[in-house]
Amino acid sequence: MISLRLLRTIQLGVKSLLLHKLRSGLTMLGIIFGVCSVIAMLAIGEGASYEAQERIKRLGSKNIILRSVKPAEDEQEAASGQGGFVLEYGLTYDDAHRLKDTIPGVERVLPMRLIRDNVRFSRSYIPCQIVGTMPHYAEIVGLDIVAGRFLSATDERNQHNICAITQGLAERLFPYQNPLEQPIKVGSVYYQVVGIVRETNMPDQRAQQGDADGEPLDNNIYLPLSTVRKRFGETLIKRSQGSFSAERIELHEIRMQMKEEKFVEIADPQVKTVLGRFHEKTDYEVIVPLELLRQAEETKRMFNIVLGAIAAISLLVGGIGIMNIMLATVTERTREIGVRRALGAKKQDIITQFLVETVVLSVGGGVIGVIFGVVIPAAVEHFAEMKTIVTPASVIIAFGISGAVGILFGIYPASAAADLDPIEALRHE
Amino acid sequence: MSNHAVIRIEEIQKKYVMGDIDVMALNGVNLEVLEGTYLAIMGPSGSGKSTMLNILGMLDRPTHGRYLLGGQDVSQMPDDELSVNRGKRLGFIFQSYNLIDQLTVIENIHVPLFYQGVDLNDCYDHCVELAKLVGLAERLDHRPKELSGGQQQRVAIARSLVNDPLMILADEPTGNLDSKTGKEVLEIIDNLNASGKTIVLVTHDPNVAKRAHRVVHMKDGNVDQDIMNREIPKLEKSRFMEESNS
Repeated sequence: MISLRLLRTIQLGVKSLLLHKLRSGLTMLGIIFGVCSVIAMLAIGEGASYEAQERIKRLGSKNIILRSVKPAEDEQEAASGQGGFVLEYGLTYDDAHRLKDTIPGVERVLPMRLIRDNVRFSRSYIPCQIVGTMPHYAEIVGLDIVAGRFLSATDERNQHNICAITQGLAERLFPYQNPLEQPIKVGSVYYQVVGIVRETNMPDQRAQQGDADGEPLDNNIYLPLSTVRKRFGETLIKRSQGSFSAERIELHEIRMQMKEEKFVEIADPQVKTVLGRFHEKTDYEVIVPLELLRQAEETKRMFNIVLGAIAAISLLVGGIGIMNIMLATVTERTREIGVRRALGAKKQDIITQFLVETVVLSVGGGVIGVIFGVVIPAAVEHFAEMKTIVTPASVIIAFGISGAVGILFGIYPASAAADLDPIEALRHE
Repeated sequence: MSNHAVIRIEEIQKKYVMGDIDVMALNGVNLEVLEGTYLAIMGPSGSGKSTMLNILGMLDRPTHGRYLLGGQDVSQMPDDELSVNRGKRLGFIFQSYNLIDQLTVIENIHVPLFYQGVDLNDCYDHCVELAKLVGLAERLDHRPKELSGGQQQRVAIARSLVNDPLMILADEPTGNLDSKTGKEVLEIIDNLNASGKTIVLVTHDPNVAKRAHRVVHMKDGNVDQDIMNREIPKLEKSRFMEESNS
């Protein structure tokens, strides 16, 4: 029976609010904007940070990535066009061994060599990237085997002249043939295609550089590292218009996979110490995806706090608007309050009546705000092609806050109404 | 055996503090009103008749003295109990009708029962019955704004009856009405009294007061004159005896 009575009170509240449609609508607007902006902003923020986090996660949170970089001072020397100067920098095979042997918690170390070259099959002659690596590249970087197989330990040991190629390259190089078992030629050596693979990561996470136009290539040829070492040597010669430069790099990238995430943070400074001892110049960079992930999460947290503050302010303003209107309503309806008290309404009944009206206003605004808050991110996603994620938590929080605002800001006008002296209230004109 | 006293007031005082001055609005009033009485209270402004009505209507508590309503002392009841008692035992008719604008006629009639926890669906027929009694059966779904003053006052009368009260308190019920509609309203009140309802009516108008069994004139916070116009008819069945026995 109590719930029926509450239902009737809600009906009465709605009726009273409908008596002043414009006023109620304008009052609700504050809450609508507040709730809608909270949900929409959080959805857009969530979407943006989701993409960033996914990208980082794909690098592997258990991994530490080391990349060779050209030291800044050498870059200038190289750019000044000293012919015949061989620039020597980067990570070495010794680094890889040292890291594997000295850092605790290392599961596997994956060395990689990346060489730009051209590949020939029949009449096709296509620029490509040679990736000299180990069999566990497939697990650590992420590869799908489309056909055949990837590199094996035997290939590595025996320096086999075999290769796996990416699907993109396979389609370009072998438009009408099955690439498997076919020989392709890089430089002066033939390699037998044993597998077709597809990188599961996005192009920008791949262990490769872009081509001359900055376009990432999907033309990878995977060779056993030992084979690359034997066939290509350590010195790479780059020719560009009018000049050429030679670089001596042993390894372009080393990926360390740790046994567990907890080892990553411990290993990070140790890796830097170990490398620092053998490298005079900082000709390498250390990328710790876990750390990036943490930073991204921290950024997101800060972002959420700022959004939360904005939302709190807008809802506060909405709440003040509601309180203001309800106080005016109480004054306007003083006589009604007096009559109701005379006819048997307790103070609590009056409080309930006015509180219900405020809550109807704020929750009504909340519902409309939630609808807009869900529709707007969807529209943003559709038109601006940004990823947005409406989290259920944001909807619940925004809605909850709007309800709480209604109660919080309704209590004062409602108790002001209940505290009116019935005699005074009845006499009120 | 005479009728039972619905109202018994003993040495009622009401003191208001206005700034530094204490104002004695009521100064030791004694009054006994028998069941079935049609009582009119008259007096100039400042005589204490409004204060009297407020105390009789349990809207205010006396500073001193006892007020027994239907045998029960209600003079120092806490606020919530006063509310409950007003809702259950009294009917109010005001000068300016005081209907609730956003409610329809039938909903307005139902208000006192709403606060007793009775849903309109459970007492719809009863409310319609009362609307018929005051001649408004055709206008159940109208809003007060759509009714004339006389019609609004009749809704108020129906509302004052919905909880089957011990007595009806009417504060200048015809004050805002023209003489013709005023007369219609007074006839309804007469009929109510004839059917056994106790009526306490405050008025300035001697012609209105003439209809009452008994007229109490107030002056300076006390009863000045207490005139019996007519004999109060014996009731076959006492309302509050039955109430206090049950």
